[in-house]
Amino acid sequence: MGEYSIQELTSIFAMQGFAGLSLFSVLLLMALGLAIIFGQMGVINMAHGEFMAVGAYTTYLLSVISETYFPSFLQYYFLFAILASFVIAGILGYLTEFILIRHLYKRPLDTLLATWGLSLIMQQSFRSIFGAREVSPTLPDWLMGAYQPTESIYIPINGMFVLGLTLVVTVGVYILMYRSNWGLAVRATTQNRIMSGAVGINTKKIDRLTFALGCGIAGIAGAAFTTIASTGPTSGSLYIVDTFMVVVFGGAASLFGTIASAFTIAQAQSILEFFISGSMAKVLTLLTLVIILMMRPEGLFSNKVRK
Amino acid sequence: MSEFNRRKFLGKTAALLSAMVAAGFISTSAMAMDATTTGQAVTDTTVTVGILHSLTGTMAISETGAQEAEKLAIKQINESGGILGRQIEIIQEDGASDWPTFAEKSRKLLVQDKVAAVFGCWTSASRKAALPVFEQENGLLYYPTFYEGLEQSHNVIYTGQEATQQILAGLDWVAKEKEAKTFYLIGSDYIWPRTSMKIARKHIENVLGGKVVGEDYKPLGDTQFGSTINKIRLKKPDVIYAAVVGGSNVAWFKQLKAAGITSENQTLLTISVTEDEVLGIGGENLEGFYSVMKYFQSQDNANNAAFVKEFKAMWGDDSVIGDVTQAAYLGPWLWKAAVERAGSFDVDKVVAESEKGDIELTTAPEGYVKLHPNHHLWSKARVGQWNKDGQATIVYESELIEPNPFPEGYQ
Repeated sequence: MGEYSIQELTSIFAMQGFAGLSLFSVLLLMALGLAIIFGQMGVINMAHGEFMAVGAYTTYLLSVISETYFPSFLQYYFLFAILASFVIAGILGYLTEFILIRHLYKRPLDTLLATWGLSLIMQQSFRSIFGAREVSPTLPDWLMGAYQPTESIYIPINGMFVLGLTLVVTVGVYILMYRSNWGLAVRATTQNRIMSGAVGINTKKIDRLTFALGCGIAGIAGAAFTTIASTGPTSGSLYIVDTFMVVVFGGAASLFGTIASAFTIAQAQSILEFFISGSMAKVLTLLTLVIILMMRPEGLFSNKVRK
Repeated sequence: MSEFNRRKFLGKTAALLSAMVAAGFISTSAMAMDATTTGQAVTDTTVTVGILHSLTGTMAISETGAQEAEKLAIKQINESGGILGRQIEIIQEDGASDWPTFAEKSRKLLVQDKVAAVFGCWTSASRKAALPVFEQENGLLYYPTFYEGLEQSHNVIYTGQEATQQILAGLDWVAKEKEAKTFYLIGSDYIWPRTSMKIARKHIENVLGGKVVGEDYKPLGDTQFGSTINKIRLKKPDVIYAAVVGGSNVAWFKQLKAAGITSENQTLLTISVTEDEVLGIGGENLEGFYSVMKYFQSQDNANNAAFVKEFKAMWGDDSVIGDVTQAAYLGPWLWKAAVERAGSFDVDKVVAESEKGDIELTTAPEGYVKLHPNHHLWSKARVGQWNKDGQATIVYESELIEPNPFPEGYQ
C-alpha cells in the first residue's frame, strides 16, 4: 500500500470504522423489537419485517402529505413520522396480539405459521394500497449529505442519524425493561407466568403491551431505514433473516446479548467486506455464526435458568 | 355434376372470391386458410396470445411497464385491423415473481389455451424456467429484457439487447470519451451481473488495454454499501461500472451521494438503471451519472414522440418508459410482421420467416431495428446522462450493432 499517504489511510480507516458502526446500529434497531417479542414471549414473529414496512410506509405517507399540503413542514415532518410510525405499528401489533397471537401461546410453532401468513397478508395489502413500485419519502435536507471533519473524511449524516436514534431507543428499552415496574412485571411473567398471575400481575395485559411495544419499535426501525433504502411491499422480508440471526446469536432473552451480537456481526461483516467480495463476506459471517451456535446453542448471552 | 362442370364451378367461385377481395368484401388475410388449422386458438375473427409477467411479488415493479407496453402494441395492432384480419385477444397470467410459476403458467397458456404466441418473462431466471416448456410444446416467446446472452432458442425471439450490444459500446465510449484506464466493477450477485462483468473485464483487459482494479458482488437486496464505497475510494478507479439491481440500487446511489461521491468527482456508468429505476432512486441521487441502454424515453424522433404520447394516454401521465418497456412494445409488432409474411400463425412458419433476417421495423420508438437470423435484434447502444428530473440526456449513439449472443473470446 505504498502508494497511499498516511492521511488517506487514516481517512479510509475512520470511514470504515463508521461503516461498521452504521451497520451495527441498523442491525440492532431491527433486532430490538424482535428481541422483546421473541425473548420475552417466545413468539416467533415472522411478520416483524412487515411491521417495519408499516413504519416505512407511514413515513412515506406523511412525506407525501406534508409535501402536498404543508411544504413548510417538510424539514421537520421526519421526527414526527418516527413517532407516528411507532404509534401505528404499535396499535397494529396490539390488535394482532388480541386477534391472533393470544390464541396460540400454548403452541409456539403455530405462531410461526400464523405470523408468516400474516406477513403475506400484509405484503399484499401494501401492494394493493401503495402499488408494486418501490417508494422513497422525500427526506429533509438536513438528513442528506455528509459531515466532513477533515477534507478526505465523509461521514454520511443519515448514518449518524440512525446511530443516534438506535442509541435513544436502546436506552429507552433498557429503562423500560430493567428500571421500571412495568418491566419488572414483564420479566416476571416471562419467568413464571402462573406465579406472576398469583401476585396480581395482569399477565394478559402484559402480553398485549409487550407485543405492541415490539411492533412499535419495528415501526421506528422501518421509519429510520427510509433514509437508507427504498420501501416496497416485500422490503420487510429482506430484513427478517438478519433480524433473527442477531436475536438468536445474542441469546433470546437478553438485551445485552442482542447488542453484543449486533456489534459482532456488523463488525465481522463490514471488515470482511472490505477485503473480500460482499457475498463471500456474508457467507463467512454466517458460517462463523453457525459454528459458534453449535458450541453455544443458547447464544452469546442467556439468562441462567435451572434446567 | 360432370368433371367439366365442377371445374367450371370452381373457377367461377375463385373468380367471384377474387372479385370480392378486390372489392374489399373479404380481407386478403381470410384467404390464408391454413391459419385456422394449426391447432392454435385461432378463429376466423380472432387469434389469442398470452402475456406472462409478474403482477405480484418483488418483480412486479419492473414487469409492470413491460406488460403495459405489450397491451398498448396489441391495442394499436387491433385498431389498425389486427393480424391476418383477426383481432388479437389476450390471456394474461401472473408469474408472481416465482420461477416455477412461470413454467407452470407457460404450460397452461400453451397446452390449455393454445395461444399463438406469448409475450413475457423478465428475469433470466424466469426465462430459463419457462424455456423447456416452450421448446417441448413448440410455443413462441417474445422476451423483452436486456440479458447476459449465451442463449439462442428456436422458440424465443429476444427483443432486448444481449450482453455485447450493451456492454462493449458503453465501455468503448467511456474509454474514449473519459480516457478511462482503471475500472471498478460492482454488481448484484446473480447470473446477469456476473456474466456481464465477465464480458466487461475481458473487453477492458484485452481490447481497451485498461485495468480492473476491483470486482465486487453484493447479495440481492443488500442495503449496506459502506465498506464497498470505502474500497472504491481506496482504489480510485477512473470509472465505476455498476450492475446493481432492485432495492439495493436505491441504497447504493443514496449512499454514494452521502459519501461524497458524485458525478463531479467520479465517472459512473451503469447497465442496470432505466427510467423505471430512477423513479425509486430519485433523479437527484443520480444526477450526472451515465447509463448505457438502447432506448431512453427522451429520445427525439417522431416514432418515439407518438409512442410516449400513446403510452401516457393509456397508462397515465405519471408513467415513465424504460428500456425494457420499449423492447416489450416491439414484441407484438415483430410477431405481426412475421405472421403476415408466413400467412400463418404456425410457430415453425413464423420462426422460419423471422430467421430470414430481413424483418425490420421502421416504426420502433428506439429507431430502425432489424431481426437477425440468430433471433436477436440489430440495435444501437446509447449512453444517457441522468438529470435531476429523472430523464436522461443522450450523449452518445452507436452504429447499429450486430447481435452476437455467443461472443468469442468473451466466455
